[in-house]
Amino acid sequence: MKIYIRSAATISAQKTFGDVPFLTEPVEYQETRLKAIEPDYKDYIDPKLIRRMSHIIKMGVATARECLTQAGIEMPGAIITGTAYGCLEDTITFLTRIIELDEEMLPPTAFIQSTHNTVAAQIALMLKCHQYNNTFVHKGLSFESALLDAIMLLKEKEADNILVGGTDEMTDASFTILSRLGQYKRWPLSNLSLFKTKSKGTIGGEGAAFVLITDKPSTDNLAELTAVKTFYKPKSNEDVELRINSFLADNSLNIEDIDLVITGKNGDLKNDAVYETLTHSLFANCSLANYKHLCGEYPTSVSFALWLASNIIKREIVPAIVAENAIKNSSPKKILIYNHYQNNYHSLMLVSAC
Amino acid sequence: MSSSVYVAGVGAITAIGNNVADNLAAFEREEAGMAEITLINTKLHGQVPVAEVKLSNTELAAITNVSSQLSRTTLLSLIAAKEALNDAGIANLSSLRTGFVSANTVGGMDKSEDFFVEFTKDNSKGKLRNVFDHECGSMTEAVANELGLTDYMTTISTACSSSANAIFYGARLIKNDLLDVVVAGGADSLTKFTLNGFNTLMILDKEFCKPFDDNREGLNLGEGAGYVVLVSEKVARALSKPLYCQLSGYNNSNDAYHQTASSPDGTGSYLAMQGALAKSGLQPSDIDYINLHGTGTPNNDSAEGTAIKRLFDPHYPKMSSTKSFTGHTLGASGGVEAVFSALAIKHGLIYPNLRFETPMKELPFTPEKHYLKDQKINHVLSNSFGFGGNCTSLIFSAI
Repeated sequence: MKIYIRSAATISAQKTFGDVPFLTEPVEYQETRLKAIEPDYKDYIDPKLIRRMSHIIKMGVATARECLTQAGIEMPGAIITGTAYGCLEDTITFLTRIIELDEEMLPPTAFIQSTHNTVAAQIALMLKCHQYNNTFVHKGLSFESALLDAIMLLKEKEADNILVGGTDEMTDASFTILSRLGQYKRWPLSNLSLFKTKSKGTIGGEGAAFVLITDKPSTDNLAELTAVKTFYKPKSNEDVELRINSFLADNSLNIEDIDLVITGKNGDLKNDAVYETLTHSLFANCSLANYKHLCGEYPTSVSFALWLASNIIKREIVPAIVAENAIKNSSPKKILIYNHYQNNYHSLMLVSAC
Repeated sequence: MSSSVYVAGVGAITAIGNNVADNLAAFEREEAGMAEITLINTKLHGQVPVAEVKLSNTELAAITNVSSQLSRTTLLSLIAAKEALNDAGIANLSSLRTGFVSANTVGGMDKSEDFFVEFTKDNSKGKLRNVFDHECGSMTEAVANELGLTDYMTTISTACSSSANAIFYGARLIKNDLLDVVVAGGADSLTKFTLNGFNTLMILDKEFCKPFDDNREGLNLGEGAGYVVLVSEKVARALSKPLYCQLSGYNNSNDAYHQTASSPDGTGSYLAMQGALAKSGLQPSDIDYINLHGTGTPNNDSAEGTAIKRLFDPHYPKMSSTKSFTGHTLGASGGVEAVFSALAIKHGLIYPNLRFETPMKELPFTPEKHYLKDQKINHVLSNSFGFGGNCTSLIFSAI
């Protein structure tokens, strides 16, 4: 069975949402936290509801709606989301109030909206969609788990037109905590120069990206999602290389067949070590692209990469801002995405022209 | 794609027992697990009963020989998952493709609550080790590492239907020939966060809960973990001990009515039960026992009951809410109740719905009041419905 990406939408720290040019005007930040650029939500969500919705809910619901609109689909066959941190803003609000108000007279709204499934639930509620609805919350594997769920549903013939999204928000508190945990660079820098310095730490990000996947061929499809594979804690860089080769072989390909490799480089020395090694081995002759300088690092950021790959295939353009080296084929037909999160969760996605 | 998925092992820890045998013994004694709050420093102490697992973190950690600094959610999860895996007794586990699909809703909130006390006063304060493993996925990862189930792992969080969806997803990983063995279920520990959350919604009963009673006033929060070991046909054939049952049906539907409330006619519940029956190829009359979601809130029991009436009338199977023993264990409840469902089939049991007195006016049926044994139970329907309209029903069938 072939699986297609019918449409893709994302709210990110770049101008990526709605009818906009394809990353020709990259937004530059001089800090280690990239905030999502939010649209006018009134065009996507009932204004009465907007006020009560937290940042992640608004991003998720609006992105899902835009994805459906682009696909020309009113009612998806299933709604599946991935989020590592869930609804952090509401969670922290409620937690802080418990402490500050000493458990007295707590308003319930933040608690109600703090559950991890809130985004998927609000999409279902908005659409009155009674279909399959699931939420995965497994760190850097959350979006991939959601995608695997959707692929299985298609193969089982249980659903079609499946909406799959990755959402994570950064709040002031989580940025402070993750900074204290040493995840980010210690000084402000331009996101567009992220890969120029070799140092510890990355830049933090957030966003929502949804794809609509189907097994029905159509000239409207953006791309084919040829394969997805994940693995946990590889033994070594050689092990990673073996796994990528075997992933390609499973799809009757070798590395020469890949027109573009999108990696999850994030500017952190330790994180990028495996990509650097591959650049001098398996990927030595590949055209390479990066994306985390645009959206920042977050556990479901690979959903942004999938949006990027789908658009590169459909538009037959590799935006200059993502290219790491000379791009040999300016209209790639086969793209390999290789991302890992904190060296634990690794994922491979193969996106092809239809 | 059409192969069956079997339950080869079960494990549970709840307020009524630290393992499966103790849980079964409490059912027979008809002894509920609710009591005063002892483990959490909260103003709700003395106001609402809870169903705590009766062991401290140090005692829990000693059972599996791990650090007592781990989140209580992880400690509970590890105990039940390990019991299930040992129970299955799969000899050649390391040569099989194994996975761990676990669910929870609170993650490491018990630790984060401590962190935020200091952090709220001063953002440079608070012990980082208390917040480092806040994420729900960290619970799963720690247990998967401990049990060596790392070919595939993931975490699901769909509020109170979380671990039913974990079992559902785990079974499909086997059916799609991605894995041979999946330990699936969920865990949740009691926290100040959830206690206060449910309290603001005014759905906590100040007495022991009375599911499906006309005078029910809410739920009692509980904690625990429950896991089943799911195996493929091929693995099942090679096992020396008898299997519990097979997972014959499942469905996930959304109520799409309100973020926290169920629709009056229980649309989501109805669709989930009906879908699970369709998947299993069974008729409503084939079901011998329903393990109700039955939280004890006026809203849930009315919606669930209305959906059951619509689907089963006029022939009602025996049914009960085991939450009258364990309290509502939230993200663990689907896993805990899947274990109870498998045991009902294996041992021919119907669990009592404690404290039931007055039938609900709108329903023509009542739950079972007494512990029954020597029953012929072929098919059990287990319901798990949650916030966000997430409704999942599972059907377990004798082999």
